[in-house]
Amino acid sequence: MGEQLLQLLFSGLTLGSIYSIIALILVITYKVTGILNLALGEFLVIGALLTVSFKSMGMPLIAASLLAIIIVALLAGVLERLTVNKARGASSLTMLIITIGISISLRGLALLIWGTDTYSLPSFTASGPIMAGGAALNPQSIWVFLLAAATLICVNTFFGRTYWGKAVKASVLSPIGAQLQGINLSTISLAAFVFSGALATAAGICIGPVTMVTYDMGFMLGVKGFIAATIGGLGSISGAVLGGLILGLLEAYSSGLISSGLNDAISIVILLAVLLIRPEGILGAISERKI
Amino acid sequence: MKRKFKGFTGSMVVALLLAVSLILGGCSSGKSSKAGSETAEPYKVGAVLDISGTSSSLGTPERDTLLMMVDKINAEGGIQGHPIELIIEDNKSDEMEAVLAANKLIEKGVLAVLGGSSSGTSMAIMKTVQDAQIPMISLAAASSIVEPAAERQWVFKTAQSDIVMINKIIEYLKKNNMTKIAFMYMNNAYGDNGKKAISAAAPQNGITIVAEEKFDATDNDMTPQLTNVKSSGAQAVVVWAIPPSASILTKNYKDLGLTIPLIHSHGVGNQKFIELAQDAADGVILPIGKLPVTDQIADSDPQKAVLTSYINDYQNKYNTAPNSFGGYAADALSLLVKAIEKAGPDRSVIRNELEKTQGLVGVSGVFNMSEQDHNGLSEDSAVLVQIEDGKWKILQ
Repeated sequence: MGEQLLQLLFSGLTLGSIYSIIALILVITYKVTGILNLALGEFLVIGALLTVSFKSMGMPLIAASLLAIIIVALLAGVLERLTVNKARGASSLTMLIITIGISISLRGLALLIWGTDTYSLPSFTASGPIMAGGAALNPQSIWVFLLAAATLICVNTFFGRTYWGKAVKASVLSPIGAQLQGINLSTISLAAFVFSGALATAAGICIGPVTMVTYDMGFMLGVKGFIAATIGGLGSISGAVLGGLILGLLEAYSSGLISSGLNDAISIVILLAVLLIRPEGILGAISERKI
Repeated sequence: MKRKFKGFTGSMVVALLLAVSLILGGCSSGKSSKAGSETAEPYKVGAVLDISGTSSSLGTPERDTLLMMVDKINAEGGIQGHPIELIIEDNKSDEMEAVLAANKLIEKGVLAVLGGSSSGTSMAIMKTVQDAQIPMISLAAASSIVEPAAERQWVFKTAQSDIVMINKIIEYLKKNNMTKIAFMYMNNAYGDNGKKAISAAAPQNGITIVAEEKFDATDNDMTPQLTNVKSSGAQAVVVWAIPPSASILTKNYKDLGLTIPLIHSHGVGNQKFIELAQDAADGVILPIGKLPVTDQIADSDPQKAVLTSYINDYQNKYNTAPNSFGGYAADALSLLVKAIEKAGPDRSVIRNELEKTQGLVGVSGVFNMSEQDHNGLSEDSAVLVQIEDGKWKILQ
């Protein structure tokens, strides 16, 4: 039994770090721009698929990854200029609908380019599973976990310690005040999208070996990331990571101990519970945070 | 404010145009192939296939096979001088689209409907076709498509039923004195039908299912379920799933260091499964039609010639190897052509002829239909194979 619980812990942490990193990117964009970017899952998928394509052209994994990161970052920037930036001043709900539109368009684009096939990415380290206390840990999980941890540390340092981080925080708290101090909100929004595109691609490359990549997997990943962010409290960066880990562990333990096939039901029940207990946690935050 | 609004409207228009163009681009329209002699009136045959959407890996080779075969038949003079007019509709792997497509074909006056590619779309069009009294030949696996035969007078199918494959697996278990198995399945029509079939067949053969686990097609990690299997004392694991989840499960299986045999279903019978599971696929056992192991079957096998000629034709035309899904379409068309040859353009006589099919050697097996059996394939239509170094090897 002890061995089984340990195995479920490993499995939960793997899933949890995948959800954490998506939640983290979602919350960063939200904190900086006040927009819940639901097209995030699609950025991740397109990034991973581009890496697969570049790799099959004979590029080494690192070069393929970097090229994919740059392309998706640029794509995210262009989309921000074409849609979100033009709609600046519209309500949060409109912004949300725009990101849903972007998400659907990107999924269509991915379908046209890559079709419905499933692709796989190679693991970063070729060795087999690490055995600990009778349970197996996939080395790729450690990479995903490291990426989540590194992002968390960098982002916390950026917002807490640097001039630009403070400027961004100030612009969210008081947009007019920040503008009077010469802070350009439009540039900050662009930077947030470019950064989230790049980070989503990095996440896609990290989780690709574990989950495989298909054109339509972005939606469910986006939903799980959103639920994780909601559990942690939509505005909190550390909360997003914590929420992701809680969601991953709950899913692993419920499918291992109660019944398998419950995963998605569990996440939706948790989302409903959070919404019922703290309704202002999401909807309140959205209308209060428009820029 | 006005300026802002204008800019916003502009961007919405751009977004809308983008979305519309993508949606239009994503739809592929039906193709029809018209050729052959101009003297005799063509026989119209309809096909409802999952060409785009989640089951496109099934529908695409099926469409290619049908187009290839119809061209060949028409070039050779059609059916007794009547060319075949093939009308293919894409159901986008969607059950509602499948019904609409079937209705469209019925309005066009087709003699029979081939399809759908998956169990879900086949079940969806069944009632429409039955009501219109038009013969239908499904290309999907679930045995409930043709059972009970008394309620499915107009419905036939060419893919081997779950139970045929499960009997093959049970044969293997018995030979190796295994009495306790774990069963894992996908949470969808394919998995549910596999579960139903094995739950019925196992007890009759003295086999107990000591653990039963399910997972969703979109799950990324089956370690929790496999952990339960590991501690259940099962002597083998039987899995009813298709890639990619079947491939992820296979990877997890190797990672957990499980050593009992891993037996999959014919749902993993394409190269994609091996590609995605990589080294972890080695050692996997599964029952499958003979197509992937044509070069290993005996020359005396009745299917050898049919398989070889199908593989050669497909390879020459499309420059890639065919898979068992294309084979299901090839068999459906052969069955239908044989029936029309005898019946002429009369739907109810065609249905009767289909039911009387005996000894038709196809890609998926030798078809012997009867009033009770609208699939007509026995266990000799399948072989057990084991994957070795990424290749399919017949398991002796």
